[in-house]
Amino acid sequence: MATNYEQPNQTADETNKRSGGAISSVVDWINDRIPMTRVWNMHIAQYPAPKNFNFWYLFGSLAILVLVNQIVTGIWLTMNFVPSAEGAFASVEYIMRDVEYGWLLRYLHSTGASAFFVVVYLHMFRGMIYGSYQKPRELLWLFGMLIFLALMAEAFMGYLLPWGQMSFWGAQVIISLFGAIPVIGEDLTLWIRGDYVISGATLNRFFALHVIALPLVLVILVFLHIVALHEVGSNNPDGIEIKRKKGSVAEEDKPNFKFHEYYTSKKDVVDAIPFHPYYTVKDILGVAGFLILFCWVVFFMPEMNGFFLEAPNFEAANPLKTPEHIFPVWYFTPFYAILRAIPDKLAGVVAMGASIVVLALLPWLDRGKVRSIRYRSKWHKLNIAQFVVTFLILGWAGATPQTVFSTILSQICTVTYFMFFVLLYVYSKNEVTKPLPTRLTK
Amino acid sequence: MMKKLLIGLFALLPTLTMAAGPSVPLMDANIDLRDNASLQRGAKLFMNYCLGCHQMQYQRYERTFRDIGIPVEIGKETLIFDDSKVGSHILNSMSKEDAAKWFGAAPPDLTLISRVKSPDYIYTYLKSFYKDESRPFGVNNIVFPLVGMPHVLQELQGLPMPITEEVVENGETVTKIVGVETDGSGEMSDDEYDQAARDLTNFLAYVGEPSRLESEAIGIKVLGFLVIFFILAFLLKKEYWRDVH
Amino acid sequence: MSNAPVDNSRRRFLTIATSVVGGVGAAGAAVPFIASWNPSERAKSAGAPVEVDISKLEPGQLIRVEWRGKPVWVIYRTPKMLEQMKQHEDQLRDPNSDEAQQLDSAKNSYRSQREEIFVAVGICTHLGCSPTFMNGGFGEKVEGTADGFFCPCHGSKFDMAGRVFQNVPAPLNLEVPPYTFLDETTILVGEEEEMA
Repeated sequence: MATNYEQPNQTADETNKRSGGAISSVVDWINDRIPMTRVWNMHIAQYPAPKNFNFWYLFGSLAILVLVNQIVTGIWLTMNFVPSAEGAFASVEYIMRDVEYGWLLRYLHSTGASAFFVVVYLHMFRGMIYGSYQKPRELLWLFGMLIFLALMAEAFMGYLLPWGQMSFWGAQVIISLFGAIPVIGEDLTLWIRGDYVISGATLNRFFALHVIALPLVLVILVFLHIVALHEVGSNNPDGIEIKRKKGSVAEEDKPNFKFHEYYTSKKDVVDAIPFHPYYTVKDILGVAGFLILFCWVVFFMPEMNGFFLEAPNFEAANPLKTPEHIFPVWYFTPFYAILRAIPDKLAGVVAMGASIVVLALLPWLDRGKVRSIRYRSKWHKLNIAQFVVTFLILGWAGATPQTVFSTILSQICTVTYFMFFVLLYVYSKNEVTKPLPTRLTK
Repeated sequence: MMKKLLIGLFALLPTLTMAAGPSVPLMDANIDLRDNASLQRGAKLFMNYCLGCHQMQYQRYERTFRDIGIPVEIGKETLIFDDSKVGSHILNSMSKEDAAKWFGAAPPDLTLISRVKSPDYIYTYLKSFYKDESRPFGVNNIVFPLVGMPHVLQELQGLPMPITEEVVENGETVTKIVGVETDGSGEMSDDEYDQAARDLTNFLAYVGEPSRLESEAIGIKVLGFLVIFFILAFLLKKEYWRDVH
Repeated sequence: MSNAPVDNSRRRFLTIATSVVGGVGAAGAAVPFIASWNPSERAKSAGAPVEVDISKLEPGQLIRVEWRGKPVWVIYRTPKMLEQMKQHEDQLRDPNSDEAQQLDSAKNSYRSQREEIFVAVGICTHLGCSPTFMNGGFGEKVEGTADGFFCPCHGSKFDMAGRVFQNVPAPLNLEVPPYTFLDETTILVGEEEEMA
């Protein structure tokens, strides 16, 4: 309700509305200038969310929590980190020893990096099993994939900063991948490094991208991801729409909650509840549970047996000495295993790239009309199960010194990885599915 | 079918990870970061026997004294052998060039050695020197073959003689060193030397991560708090969701 | 939608309890972020007390040492300097050192633990410049006083006990840091200890 400034006398209606105390008059003052209450209602208090979200729907809010943790602890680490080849490693130990609670800030950040991937992988898996990428949520999925890509770049660049042996040699290996690109490859790697090996120049540019550019990109992408989500509405474990054609729902079937007219004016909504308070209290519960696990790792086992902080990285980078085994951190190992599975450098890089790109194509590879795994065929369930097992084995294989056995295993799993998508494309066209319910089940 | 195959592959995993481990089984260091007496003895051993060649360039004396329960004045008198201030890092005066000339490579900094390797590794290493006249310093090491370092604790342990065993490997009989036995020329008995090695390992483990105990002390409180918060959040969620169910 | 009546008081209680506990958690989480701005071990080490050897300090001489990044003066005052300090007390802003610019051990007419040895932070209390020691040439600034300190930035004037003269911009006497005589010829600047 806009105030008419040329007419100082308020209407009766406005006077009634503004009869509250000091707080509500401040709220009114703000609302006249930015749409605070409207956005709150539209996207939180009166946003219709399906009433049957389960455990798998906690990971979106948790991803935001971890993002905030990374940004805040990252800013604080920047205050004492020295982005130079001479100073980086020592400055990390300075943070760990000389700065009050520096060790905690550092462990929150290093554990947060791994937690981010745990949460994001589970979030993506949720999307896969309930078909959240299907029409009309293709763009939502694509924004999600872009977030995943930006996150991988962010994590990769961040891992160079402590300037330990793994930082150095991991970056060396990954950057060398670009050398596989025909014609321009060698010049490209030189350009990325800004030197003939990884050096202070590389560290400085990675630092700039890690602390400013990529976080900015991530935050913008997360914003777009949420905007896209709220436009199409959340999917749910049953995979059926809660927004129905206007006039198709009987009055007694409509929920007893107030939803924003933005949603109810165009469609009828069934089986929905307002996001706030129902999903805010549920997400708070999820946050509490997550923090228990997270803090347990942070305070008691920040190295996570070498998965979150690798032992060779406690040794300063030495360009003349490669550690015995070089692996990326665990969250990259499935893709790294695909790279190593293929004995040709270029083909390996292409396969690794394709393994990520193919995920982005899911909305078009899945030609099924039924979204949720609950109502899809036995073959689909088997296919997803084998994909999970494949992904785990690849993750293990990528974190293990290469042997004949692990290479063969990686090759088999590379095939089954892509087989998931091929099979999905084939059977989803004429898949025998179970009948969908008309209303959300419990 | 696929599943069965995969289950079979999973069953193989443990054997594979074992194969990737170090070739010599490590002994259990069995250290206790809360044992200040052990840490203090370890610090004394370090300052006397290690610091001549190995620095702790990220760790400060004063903080170390404080953490392991040594009054600063006493630490200053008994554990600082040069004119370092108590607030200084634990450094020696050996130049990198000299070190490289004498040992072939500069002795590594030991601040983080317990995290690069492991306490068990350090403990095993300290107990794995053995007499080998072919080496420049007359000793070799079972877990670190061709080590470029003398056995600095020899005056404590005595000269360890290798215990060998005939083992059949790939159809050939080879002689393997499976352990050491001191010649008894040292100041310490076997048990005393074990304890000394354990104390030194304990001290190195502490220096590797000086915040460990503080972290666990805070962690317990944080987790306790979060459990309370979790219970409240659970009750709150249940209360609101009565509207829905 | 169940029709069970909503228990509003229970709901309100749980909401408030969760909010309060959550707020306490947020405040607790802020602690490491705030505490990390305190001086680090490195800063503390660099700011540790400094030992000064005064065995070679001659009467009338000033030596400068660095403590916490600031210049600290140690001056051996001659009997003539001590004598003239009594002459101009009516021209001083705070002749009795009432302002807390020194510990009690230096709250006397000489502003020092020993009459002849004066220790002070050599930073003007106006805007942080370091005043110049005018050994014998101070008479042109204050008539009848041969020695003193003159701040080149804004013309503040201090006597040989670091006491500020009237009608200059500096508001306070020079700061006297905590210090201890470890023995006859060694001063520990930065810490005042009870010597046994």
